[in-house]
Amino acid sequence: MKITSKIYTALIFVFLFAPIAVLLIFSFNETKSLSVFSGFSLKWYKELLGDRSTLESVQNTLILAFSATVVSTVMGTAAAVGLHRLRKKWYRGLINTVTNIPMINPDIITGISMMLVFVFVGRLWGASTSLNFWTMLIAHVTFCLPYVIFQVLPKLRQMDKDLLEAAMDLGCTPMRAFFKVTLPEILPGIITGAIMAFTLSLDDFVISYFTSGNDFQTLPIRIYGMTKKTVTPKMYALATIIFFVTMTLLLLNNIVDDEDSRRKRELKKNTIKQGGNKK
Amino acid sequence: MKKIIELKNISKAFDGELILDNISLDIYDNEFITLLGPSGCGKTTTLRLIGGFEQPDAGDILFMGERMNHTPPHKRNVNTVFQKYALFPHLNVFENVAFPLRERRVPKKEIHEKVHEMLSLVMLESFANRRVTSLSGGQQQRVAIARALINHPKVLLLDEPLGALDLKLRKDMQQELKKIQKSTGITFIFVTHDQEEALSMSDTIVVMSEGKIQQIGAPSDIYNEPVNAFVADFIGESNIIDGVMLENYKVSFSGHIFTCLDTGFAQGEPVDVVVRPEDVDIVPESEGMLCGVVTQVTFMGVHNEIIVDIGGFKWMIQTTDSVNVDERIGIYLEPDAIHIMKKSKYSGMFGDYSSYSNELDELSDPGGEE
Repeated sequence: MKITSKIYTALIFVFLFAPIAVLLIFSFNETKSLSVFSGFSLKWYKELLGDRSTLESVQNTLILAFSATVVSTVMGTAAAVGLHRLRKKWYRGLINTVTNIPMINPDIITGISMMLVFVFVGRLWGASTSLNFWTMLIAHVTFCLPYVIFQVLPKLRQMDKDLLEAAMDLGCTPMRAFFKVTLPEILPGIITGAIMAFTLSLDDFVISYFTSGNDFQTLPIRIYGMTKKTVTPKMYALATIIFFVTMTLLLLNNIVDDEDSRRKRELKKNTIKQGGNKK
Repeated sequence: MKKIIELKNISKAFDGELILDNISLDIYDNEFITLLGPSGCGKTTTLRLIGGFEQPDAGDILFMGERMNHTPPHKRNVNTVFQKYALFPHLNVFENVAFPLRERRVPKKEIHEKVHEMLSLVMLESFANRRVTSLSGGQQQRVAIARALINHPKVLLLDEPLGALDLKLRKDMQQELKKIQKSTGITFIFVTHDQEEALSMSDTIVVMSEGKIQQIGAPSDIYNEPVNAFVADFIGESNIIDGVMLENYKVSFSGHIFTCLDTGFAQGEPVDVVVRPEDVDIVPESEGMLCGVVTQVTFMGVHNEIIVDIGGFKWMIQTTDSVNVDERIGIYLEPDAIHIMKKSKYSGMFGDYSSYSNELDELSDPGGEE
């Protein structure tokens, strides 16, 4: 039993990481071959640095991901705070479901429908091309938003609601109380949400494909365009770099989360729990 | 004495359920006042109205004569110690206590002085740089008190602040709270459902039930002269017997006529008679005003708690005499052992110990039938 479970784990790791390992190894290959490793070199990395249009698409991707993250994090946090305050149960349930839609909707449907809206609105305004950076930003914020909301909401629920009242009792206006007390408490959720939004925006292809214009191309779209010819090994180099950046973000996220839950456990341990008879 | 807070005809409902029903209460300067009652009696709601976290549906709240119904919490000269302390987990002990000062933009040097002064008042000076999450319940409690007192509020509200502490620590904190109240001269409004706590700490006790104030008075008044069966039963143990007032100083119950100290009732008026278990003297059967059979004896350490069946009504008596089950005894009541109350809607609901032993049986044998 123990051995089977070990083999099973090993297999999972092989299937998960084999493709990445292959990618990593061949990004350092001296030749273009995908079957023979003829020697270590940084040739493809150098070539990547010389490819201006690829670098520009990387830059575009980062600008877009960063903007989408900022907007969706601010909006998502505000939405979560609002949702949390809703008293009517059925209304909260309804809003929750609506918020869920971008998460469960197939990307291709979201992509096509957003494109239609942008083109339609563009026509109404009489613009010749309506798809640009801004349409992509709107699209990205749309699908990032629910992830931020669902990271922040649980943190709000876990928070002792007396904290906010305590802050107001001690001289804060409701607004200040939010920034001085609620925000630090839910910050781990906001950071996790922001990191998720960033990675989601970074690697989105389907929705971007439908909502991007000609003058603003992101990396996934550019790579897709290349596959029609051949993918050069410099793309392996780029993918390797992106993989490690994402990995770092993930680690960072886990550290933030760990620290947060460690602190919560400590507080729980030291406060003797009491069956509330508040009225 | 100066009135600090006046509640006038306050009513408050949540989701159509009336929590406070037309209550009026005056709170004086430098007073330790306790709101006492079972869960759901409206005591915490009263506190939250004074703190500004809720608004009354009807009636007025006055602070030093000024109407304050809709003044938000941060503009009231009142601070709260919350039941679960509500310390800010992202700040250390010093910063938690300094929080109200920083909000008022007090100069740094002054903050430093005041916080240390306050921490020494609650004996936590060496804990200034500790994380609040690493403190024990009692220490967190002290931080919460220091934080609430640092602005020198006129009134401190305490919402069952000792509920989460163990018994020993609770006793110590009771003493300490009382001491702090005396030394600072701040009015404390304390909420609890623990009658012993209320009796030992308060200058004034407000007994509440079902959203109404039942009685306001000094602890000894409340204990010795409860106004109705609810108060008599909630504060301490009571035998409450149906009686008839014959004339001033004469009451009849359990088939005997007793001399008492009460006046002001109509002739022949039905009343509730309260006899505290510790005020009953046990005498030989022949000398007793009333006679009965002992049905249960419980050793309590300081005294024995016995249940005596007198003409079908079960009395609780606390005595240091040793008696045995099935023994026939007589009881003797001094006039000042008897307290007469007018009939109320609580009459007949409390003060009979017939079910006393049965309850214990049910607890130990959940499957058993009576």
